[in-house]
Amino acid sequence: MSMTEDSQTPEASTPVETLTTETTPKMIGRDVSVFYADKQALFDVDIDIVEKEVTALIGPSGCGKSTFLRCMNRMNDVIEGCSVTGTISMDDGDIYDPKVDVVQLRARVGMVFQKPNPFPKSIYENVAYGPRIHGLAANKAEMDAIVESSLRRASLWEEVKDRLEQPGTGLSGGQQQRLCIARAIAVEPEVILMDEPCSALDPIATARIEELIHELRENFTIVIVTHSMQQAARVSQKTAFFHLGNLVEYGETEVLFTNPSDERTQGYITGRFG
Amino acid sequence: MTDATVPNDPAAPVRDAEGIAAAVQKSLKKRYARETRFKLYGVAAIGFALAVLVLLFFTIISNGYTAFVQTKVQLPIDLAQSEIDPDGSGDPEVIGKANYRSLVFNAMRGEFPSVSGRTNRRALTGLLSSGADFELREAVLADPSLIGGVRQVWLTMSDDADVFIKGRSTDVDLADGRGRVSLFDESGVVTVTSGEDDFAQALTDVKDALAEQAVRAENEAARRQGSIALFTAALNENPSEEKAAELREDLERTRAEIIDFEARAADLRDRAAAAGGEEAMDSSMPSYFAVVNGGVVKATSVSANSLTGEVILPLDSLDPAAAGDWRVLSLETPEESRRVKDNQAVWLWTLQQEGKVETKFNTTFFTAGDSREPEQAGIWGAAVGSFWTLLVTLLLSFPIGVMAAVYLEEFAPKNRWTDLVEVNINNLAAVPSIVFGLLGLAMFLNVFGLPRSAPLVGGMVLTLMTLPTIIIASRAALKSVPPSIREAALGMGASRLQAMTHHVLPLALPGMLTGTIIGMAQALGETAPLLMIGMVAFIVDIPGGMTDPATVLPVQIFLWADAPERAFVERTSAAIMVLLGFLILMNLTAVLLRKKFETRW
Repeated sequence: MSMTEDSQTPEASTPVETLTTETTPKMIGRDVSVFYADKQALFDVDIDIVEKEVTALIGPSGCGKSTFLRCMNRMNDVIEGCSVTGTISMDDGDIYDPKVDVVQLRARVGMVFQKPNPFPKSIYENVAYGPRIHGLAANKAEMDAIVESSLRRASLWEEVKDRLEQPGTGLSGGQQQRLCIARAIAVEPEVILMDEPCSALDPIATARIEELIHELRENFTIVIVTHSMQQAARVSQKTAFFHLGNLVEYGETEVLFTNPSDERTQGYITGRFG
Repeated sequence: MTDATVPNDPAAPVRDAEGIAAAVQKSLKKRYARETRFKLYGVAAIGFALAVLVLLFFTIISNGYTAFVQTKVQLPIDLAQSEIDPDGSGDPEVIGKANYRSLVFNAMRGEFPSVSGRTNRRALTGLLSSGADFELREAVLADPSLIGGVRQVWLTMSDDADVFIKGRSTDVDLADGRGRVSLFDESGVVTVTSGEDDFAQALTDVKDALAEQAVRAENEAARRQGSIALFTAALNENPSEEKAAELREDLERTRAEIIDFEARAADLRDRAAAAGGEEAMDSSMPSYFAVVNGGVVKATSVSANSLTGEVILPLDSLDPAAAGDWRVLSLETPEESRRVKDNQAVWLWTLQQEGKVETKFNTTFFTAGDSREPEQAGIWGAAVGSFWTLLVTLLLSFPIGVMAAVYLEEFAPKNRWTDLVEVNINNLAAVPSIVFGLLGLAMFLNVFGLPRSAPLVGGMVLTLMTLPTIIIASRAALKSVPPSIREAALGMGASRLQAMTHHVLPLALPGMLTGTIIGMAQALGETAPLLMIGMVAFIVDIPGGMTDPATVLPVQIFLWADAPERAFVERTSAAIMVLLGFLILMNLTAVLLRKKFETRW
């Protein structure tokens, strides 16, 4: 981490806790800074995302957690004037290396957005879209199998199996979000990024998504941005607290919520600000 | 406004609760009044717009609906084998060469055997369209079994006859005779004398006309008084001897003329004022006819109970006719102010009474190209020309417009150059269309040497005109696709092009099509730029392709509106109706398309 004399930049963070040895980092971010035009949104973030675990990114609005999430599959590329410095590596390869194909990266790092955004096409087509553009299915039968297993894993199959040809936009909000998850996992990504996936849903739908995240954890590395600390506590194993563009504290969820080492974290989780 | 009861002390409470309630009450009243007024303005504006629209449609439809029917006459035509196909070969070449003109003319003359003299006979056959013989030829060629007998054939009448039968030339009035009439023939001039005042109305009309003539004579006299003043002034300026003599002479003559006109005016006014008496009629007065004993007498002089005049259709006998057995026919418009003369009017009226003249659906109007003869003119040529022109416009402007919009909206970097392009596209929408016509003339015709009057060039010019509309509408459609769809596709690993073609474009397409249809509707109604590239030519043939000379619907309307023939007036309105029909249809399609594909997010 480069030392900066800028007093505006708060002393970055408490040293990242040494992670338990049996887990391997799936993605490693080092010195990640993000600039929107000349405004810096993220300051030198260092983070290790652990494989097959759920990492929650929490923090008050505008703290940079979504920005960081979008760096992990280069969705920030499409934003005019956005530039990223530092490295984010995945399985020992820098994803910002010019040689990395962004299309391929996004096939490995899927994303679920804040607002359910199914394509205005049939449920089947929604799930089949990813496998189709990446050429994952050789024929109709294979595609059917992918669609079914994806929907099953998103625990949506039972609800929609009789109406696969109906538009995905006709489902309820929670169903739409699970459809988006099914769509994301249909291409078998290694990492799934979730940007406040439950903020537009009611508590029952939220509970189902959280349950689903638990199940998905067996096969996927999940990074979730959430505003709800309870949710972070319920679904994640690791939690990262962001504040004003800095990664303040990162560690085991249990430790972070019960015994935070930084007083800003303490203040945030006890509801003194944010 | 200050409230007197409230002290001006800032520390004191401004108003108690009651005072506030009262103030709110007061302001509420005002607010409601303002709202009501605003609504009224809105209703008035909409009402005005609707009234104008209704007026427009009423004018066009009332003027034009008669163009959808055409006056035809049923004639027994002797299609003798010997006349048409003497050898019985059945060869279309032989059949086509027969003299149909004489067949048609003979049949028409056969209807009125009494008509004699070259002028009268020409007036009679002039009631038929100049294309009547072609019509017969086509009918015979289409069905050669007609040959060898007398056939009843419906043939098109001339535009003048058509206008008369449709009642647009003069009001025709028919009154039953109330008195018993006796007839008296003096070397071809027949006097019809009735027991009642059956011709009182005619006499009144004549006297009205006389009064008008009196006014005109007085005006002439007054005008000459002015000349006299001028001459006198000139004489007072001591002109040369020669000049003075000339002036005196002018003065003398003018004075004589004044006396003449004044005398005539006095005489006319006396005659107009006098009750009864007999008055002569001329062609500046409404025409009156007595229809009696199977013949028609045209009035040349009239009194309250008698009518004297020339025989137009011969009478069967000079026997007296009972009341109700004879009639008075009148044409309100004076003969000199209409194209159909009195004798032609009587023939037409007679044929109509016999049921041989009818208005039938005007297929020619929908199947023919332009013509100098209104009864042979149609809009099909212009419609096909419009079709080719719009096809070129669509083929060029839709792909170019959509691609430009997609690039500018989705791929172009935002910098000064794209800003400049954007501003200029918007500017292009504001360029007067005739300027595009000039551009087309200068570039497409003069530089590239493309054919004149061709739909190809017309379509290219209209493309320039429609492009901004399509680009602006397409960009708006692209903008209205929520970014979440793009993000979803990109997040799935689609490339930008894939996200565009798979998701954004299909969603934006209805909006783009709507914009395109509206642009096309604009192009369909456009006249000015096409005048510049020669699509204003008189073209009879139906264009068969994009490079054939052609005209388009609005230009056809423009041409017909310019034509002097009375029958083109209704055709102009009818063509406007057809054009409006197409435009409404296109806009309706745009609305339905938008409704059908409207996606709710």
